[in-house]
Amino acid sequence: MQSIDLATTPLRELNSALQAQAALTNQTEWEILNPKGAHAIAVGLDAPIEVTVKGSTGYYCAGMNKQATVKVTGSAGPGVAENMMSGTVIIDGDASQYAGATGHGGLLVIKGNASSRCGISMKGIDIVVHGNIGHMSAFMAQSGNLVVLGDAGDALGDSLYEARLFVRGSVKSLGSDCIEKEMRPEHVEILRDLLDRAGADADPSEFKRYGSARKLYNFHVDHAGAY
Amino acid sequence: MCGIVGLFLKNEGLRPKLGDMLTDMLITMTDRGPDSAGIAIYGDEAGALKMTVQSDTPDATFHGLDVALSHALEGPVNMRVIDTHAVLTLPEGTEAQARAFMVEKGIRIMGAGHSMEIFKEVGLPKDVAARFHLRQMGGSHGIGHTRMATESAVTTMGAHPFSTGDDQCLVHNGSLSNHNAMRRVLTEKGFAPQTHNDTEVAACYISSRLAEGANLGEALEGTLDDLDGFFTFVVGTKNGFGVVRDPIACKPAVMAETEDYVAFGSEYRALANLPGIETARVWEPEPATVYFWER
Repeated sequence: MQSIDLATTPLRELNSALQAQAALTNQTEWEILNPKGAHAIAVGLDAPIEVTVKGSTGYYCAGMNKQATVKVTGSAGPGVAENMMSGTVIIDGDASQYAGATGHGGLLVIKGNASSRCGISMKGIDIVVHGNIGHMSAFMAQSGNLVVLGDAGDALGDSLYEARLFVRGSVKSLGSDCIEKEMRPEHVEILRDLLDRAGADADPSEFKRYGSARKLYNFHVDHAGAY
Repeated sequence: MCGIVGLFLKNEGLRPKLGDMLTDMLITMTDRGPDSAGIAIYGDEAGALKMTVQSDTPDATFHGLDVALSHALEGPVNMRVIDTHAVLTLPEGTEAQARAFMVEKGIRIMGAGHSMEIFKEVGLPKDVAARFHLRQMGGSHGIGHTRMATESAVTTMGAHPFSTGDDQCLVHNGSLSNHNAMRRVLTEKGFAPQTHNDTEVAACYISSRLAEGANLGEALEGTLDDLDGFFTFVVGTKNGFGVVRDPIACKPAVMAETEDYVAFGSEYRALANLPGIETARVWEPEPATVYFWER
């Protein structure tokens, strides 16, 4: 295992080393010590490596991730896994605002709670939150799946496109054009697979599905107040 | 962007280290606010009224100030000069008179109270901390701020914390959009802000509510109804420490609590070196939710 201590190694050196890993690298396991809330840890990775950050991270940890698995043993600051393309990011603690924002692919697992704007403008990423999520989550979410084992805050899925939202607990309020939808067998299968991959012990039948009413896609004068 | 740090001690044994701990937290927040920095520190009560004042020409202005003020107030005055600031200890009941004296002499008043002292200047947090020897200061609680200016000029008076009532201070990350209207309302109530800064309006708002009999929690609750804009506020009083974020909550905030302290940071980085942080309860304050501690 490669071990890098951020108390003695500059952040750019760490990220350069991680970003330099090729597809067939034999240095597949990395451990980062003393993150102490630093920003932009393990960003822009593009190799099938496993990186464990021992502690809590600041802004934009694991942003733009491709292929890599990044695990944070503490909590993550704003914008964790922002614009992820593929791979897996796992946060053992909580995640701050806009976790997984604009993500195109891969899986983001948050074992604690996520705060506001989780999955904002998600474009294909799958996000599983074991706890609760804050307000304005999945705002303008375009595709992918957001799974919440706890409760969701205000204005869930406002101006939603085609992302699927699965919530087991309560939803404080739904955003504009977001509605509860029927849970069909194919949705149960998608959800079961995501729960398995996220290590979540939950029964898919306990969840409700929310999606777009598709009334904001085109201008309609009757909906002027909703724009 | 601005940086906020705060520390409210529960363990009295840590009091001599308050300034040292807060200084590290403040310097960590330099890249959130390199324009100016300030700190309000609540120390031991002097048993008398304290007033912190500032001058750009301290050598000339503070020379003989204690004697002149003592004559004017007809009572004993002690003075401790620290760089551009001086902390004056005044006879009870002379605050209004002392304030008028300072205004007449063109000396800026940073704040007054029985416990609180305020030090703030333009410059990098590490330089401001060194000038005022913040590391050597002790106390029960303190609040610090690193400013990236948006709403008014980068000056000493535009630096945070703002104090608009005895032993009261407020720091802010964000920007208010109804501060001009609120400024008029507060001026009519007798809580006129002294600067063009939006944050001072929020400080005056809290002072007005406390003066009307609200407790700290109720005053903070009122900001959610009456102030419009982006804000994370951290407020100090003689016995208390409070936090509130606006309902949108895009200005970051992290809190930590152990048996020894309650700590606030704009980012976790500011808290990362506090003793016992590994096992502290660390959380992000909820939007539109008031948190306060009083002793």
